[in-house]
Amino acid sequence: MISIIGGYIGRAYKEFRGEILVLPSRTVALVFCLILFLVPPLITSNPYDLRILILASIFAIFAASWDLLAGFTGQMNFGHALFFGVAAYTSALVNLHTGLPIWLTIPIGALAAVLAGLVVGIPCLRLRGPYLALATLAFPLILTGIIFVFPDITGGELGVSGIDRLAGSRVTEYYIAITLMISLGFIMWKITASKTGILFHAIREDEVTARASGINTTKYKLLAFCLSGLFAGIAGGLYVHFMRIAGPSTLELMLSFQAIIWAIFGGIATIYGPIAGVFIIYPLLEFADFLPEWRMLLFAIIVMLALLFMPEGITTWVRNKIEKECPRCKLRNIATRKSCRICRADLG
Amino acid sequence: MLESIIIDGLIISGVYALLAVGFSLIFGVARIINLAHTAFYMLAAYLIFTFTTSLGLNLTLSIVLSVIAVTIIGLFSYKLVIDPVRQHETTILIVTIAIAIIIQEVMLNQYGGQSGGIPRLISGYTEIIGVKVTYQHLLTFGVALIVLLGTWALLLKTKLGIAIRSTAQDREVANLTGINVARIGMITMGIAVGLAAIAGALVAPLYTLQPHMWMHPLVMVLAVVVLGGLGSIKGSLVGAFILGFAETSVVFGYSEGAFLKGAVALTIMLIVILIRPQGLFGVAFEEER
Repeated sequence: MISIIGGYIGRAYKEFRGEILVLPSRTVALVFCLILFLVPPLITSNPYDLRILILASIFAIFAASWDLLAGFTGQMNFGHALFFGVAAYTSALVNLHTGLPIWLTIPIGALAAVLAGLVVGIPCLRLRGPYLALATLAFPLILTGIIFVFPDITGGELGVSGIDRLAGSRVTEYYIAITLMISLGFIMWKITASKTGILFHAIREDEVTARASGINTTKYKLLAFCLSGLFAGIAGGLYVHFMRIAGPSTLELMLSFQAIIWAIFGGIATIYGPIAGVFIIYPLLEFADFLPEWRMLLFAIIVMLALLFMPEGITTWVRNKIEKECPRCKLRNIATRKSCRICRADLG
Repeated sequence: MLESIIIDGLIISGVYALLAVGFSLIFGVARIINLAHTAFYMLAAYLIFTFTTSLGLNLTLSIVLSVIAVTIIGLFSYKLVIDPVRQHETTILIVTIAIAIIIQEVMLNQYGGQSGGIPRLISGYTEIIGVKVTYQHLLTFGVALIVLLGTWALLLKTKLGIAIRSTAQDREVANLTGINVARIGMITMGIAVGLAAIAGALVAPLYTLQPHMWMHPLVMVLAVVVLGGLGSIKGSLVGAFILGFAETSVVFGYSEGAFLKGAVALTIMLIVILIRPQGLFGVAFEEER
């Protein structure tokens, strides 16, 4: 009995060493998750600090979902706030009028965002490149106009308020947010590493060739829109129950742009890049309140300079410094190795 | 009411056309989606305000100075930050948004929530088909028309225009025939930003200035160029007039139209590109190599 359990533990440890510790980027990701779980509630009980980290987790899900659609599938979406806003308003209105609990309203909001993904995805199937980007930009702005025209239902400029809290205490809310962020981030990363993810890659690289190879590109593009909508919708639902107000700011042009800024700054087509981008930029911006009026300006200058030196984003730049790709089997190795860990090819 | 729709629509359309033609030019030549385009338009309006109120310069002189200054700023930002990342399509988006945010924040800090107004170049009004039209509105439309015709002549009749158009059609082949593609990119950026600055100078006396005034025109310009077809100058003109008139009709015709003016214009754009994915006059670009 004990030997069986010991065997399992031994195998798990071997797996852990072989899959995670072998690559510095994965070790960094693990350490980052552990720090998020353990450190903040111990060193600070200040609700404001926790609030920043909670919002950063929510926006990290949002930015990563943009990366799933735009980075991996190449469907450049300029109106990603649509999914966030649709989910936020749906969760808020359902919660307000039916009094359903949070663990139901957030999935309902996310489903609404999936529907929004279909509504955007189907007409945009024929569009490519900049046309697609600018067409998607239109959807959240049209919805904002509609919201302002029906202030009785949507609250107009003030938004919908009086919604249930995410949880009783700030610390519980913190754990809900980061647990969801880490697990959803992991799921998205797994999706991009699966066969579906490879098909997404193929569509981005060359849609005509992908179709010629027998891939139903229409189906996979719609799937990308729906998946992206799902994750962004969860983020929207979390946001609305945390802030306890669903206003037109959830559909703003700037929110869509911010998702793009976080994702590209962090490193596009990586999933962990956007998460890192949010966790670098967002707290930095919030804690830099000693210069309130120059905050956005500094932010813009920092992002611009960073991209001039690391045009592919910060995580991609760091990863290329600490790891190198095996020229033969395309697997990543730690930069200090002389030969590939799988195929023994010379890494030069 | 119909008369005021026509007059206002013409002016708004003229301004959108100026902005859209510049945006379309720089996209065609360098494949840059310049999200800072309307920020330059705002910057021009604010510079005129500064020159006239703080420095006490004459209005005409300050308009000329600000158009030149904005063009120089635009060229510098192209050379220093946009051109180095031109190979990374997505990075350009962020860099240009960053430029727009920088301009917006500087204006916000300099002028705060205080909204400025600029005196009109000429006062007085006349009556056309029974509507009071100020001379300033007439002047705005007249200048917009002249500048647009000038740009059109430049593109179609001069050697420079031919070089710009051929670079837009096929960069590599243009380079092979001896066109200095990098310099054409620079000149096009100058023309585009200059057009945006002129548009800013034209609206400055008509609207109140505020640091967020670049957002709505940006959305409209994006809609206009997509509607007309990216890279097509004729398309940008037609698109500007369609959406400009759509916007004014909604504002005048419906009591809550101010909220819907963007929504209606964008819906029109969506319907058009769903039927014709390349826009009204879209040119099929060569596949990038």
